[in-house]
Amino acid sequence: MINISEVIETNRMILEENLDVRTITMGVSLLDCADASVKKTCDNIYGKLTRLAKDLVKTGNDIGREFGVPVVNKRVSITPAAIVGSACCKKPADFVKIAKTLDRAAKTLGINFIGGYSAIVSKGMTPADELLIRSIPEAMAATERVCSSVNVGSTKTGIDMDAVRLMGEIVKETAKKTKNSIGCAKLVVLCNAPDDNPFMAGAFHGVSESDAVVNVGVSGPGVVNHVLKNTCRGESFETLCETIKRTAFKITRVGQLVAQEASRRLGVPFGIIDLSLAPTPAVGDSVADILKEIGLEQPGAPGTTAALALLNDQVKKGGVMASSYVGGLSGAFIPVSEDQGMIDAVNAGALTIEKLEAMTCVCSVGLDMIAVPGATSAATISGIIADEAAIGMVNQKTTAVRIIPVAGKKVGDTIEFGGLLGHAPVMPVSNFSCDRLIARKGRIPAPIHSFKN
Amino acid sequence: MNKAIITVVGKDTVGIIAKTSAYLAKNGINILDISQTVVQDYFNMMMIIDCSKTRRHFENIAADLAKIGLEMGLEVRCQKSEIFEKMHRV
Repeated sequence: MINISEVIETNRMILEENLDVRTITMGVSLLDCADASVKKTCDNIYGKLTRLAKDLVKTGNDIGREFGVPVVNKRVSITPAAIVGSACCKKPADFVKIAKTLDRAAKTLGINFIGGYSAIVSKGMTPADELLIRSIPEAMAATERVCSSVNVGSTKTGIDMDAVRLMGEIVKETAKKTKNSIGCAKLVVLCNAPDDNPFMAGAFHGVSESDAVVNVGVSGPGVVNHVLKNTCRGESFETLCETIKRTAFKITRVGQLVAQEASRRLGVPFGIIDLSLAPTPAVGDSVADILKEIGLEQPGAPGTTAALALLNDQVKKGGVMASSYVGGLSGAFIPVSEDQGMIDAVNAGALTIEKLEAMTCVCSVGLDMIAVPGATSAATISGIIADEAAIGMVNQKTTAVRIIPVAGKKVGDTIEFGGLLGHAPVMPVSNFSCDRLIARKGRIPAPIHSFKN
Repeated sequence: MNKAIITVVGKDTVGIIAKTSAYLAKNGINILDISQTVVQDYFNMMMIIDCSKTRRHFENIAADLAKIGLEMGLEVRCQKSEIFEKMHRV
């Protein structure tokens, strides 16, 4: 039988160390909503979402209350909208109508984000894909809760550099069109995007998925940090790694329980648990703090990549056994604006975009929630996207760029997004040009999978 | 069996167990186990209860107990037991 010290430990994780279930995300296929008329497509989408996900928020809250663990976000991800709208959308404004429908459905359901205003263009763009991409700035300006993502490359296909070039311009335009450039916080450019990611802004319900599915993202950087602080100071790597694994196991078990319970109550199959350590701007809920506890003065110091690689790997090793199905992004997130420790490291001059790029080689996702000067050129943004996509393509991992060229801001300024999105110092970007590289047409071929060096 | 776990945390005072168990008895909830300890000067009590015979909804039980706790200046939580079992047992 459970003993009192175990009960106290669990409740301390929840009450003092910010253990929570970050998101229950219901993936919904909208393939059967496609129609030749924009209006009919929108009606079908609204009807299906509000029918399938109508109890999502209530179920999440009920589970949270009964088990005494907060279920922070309830969200929905959909089939990439470029596919759903390909039969009816003849101009970017048609896609904006779909975005508005998604926003309306999100408000009706009471969810805070809906993901999947997306195009998968790893090898090339269909006319619909390009229309959707061109509609993103307007869609982000006209909606509040819609998240957009574009997958520009993969290990099997290489990188679609035409899409990369276009996305540089789209990111810039989105920054200009939305207040505080917040549209860019809901827009992510990916390489090797997973079909079952429950985390925004990159969540979409891939075409490999069934009609509806429940995916859960857990979290708990605060828990890992607390355990390391209390039991691992000065200990060997063996002890350090075992402790992280053990803690990740416990965190993930909570996610597994919530996922199975949500799946049962909603009558929707359980998909995957995403093992990511996702920080929030709350003090004590920081991945940067874990890196410091492992032994760095600040993230960005030499040794940061090694510490992050260790952390990421142990989280996976511990989490994999705790869940029957693992998927999504599964790793440590290192967003800047959403992690107070990362913000401090940038302000202290310890952390640069270049070091963050190196860190993305060994951790989940990539350059995330990074504010750069509004004057940064579209080609430079495309260059940053291409670099990240290349890391993902060659290393067979998911990488992403969520960068915010904040309109009217320069290095040293701060931009406030509010809520889970946090605030970010505007970081310097290399001033050397990559214009001629980005101007080239076509794609970067898929890499060879032998001769690994 | 429909097991849940009640935890009481706060400054030790007369009648904590009496008040809690009186409420449980009134609502047909059986106590399976009680244990207590003091952590950093705080009184910690845990009760394992069986809610399968009560007609009161679980959420209301948790809310009632939290209210009883508040009156005594204590934090009382009632959670379904699976969260602890899943986390601490392979």
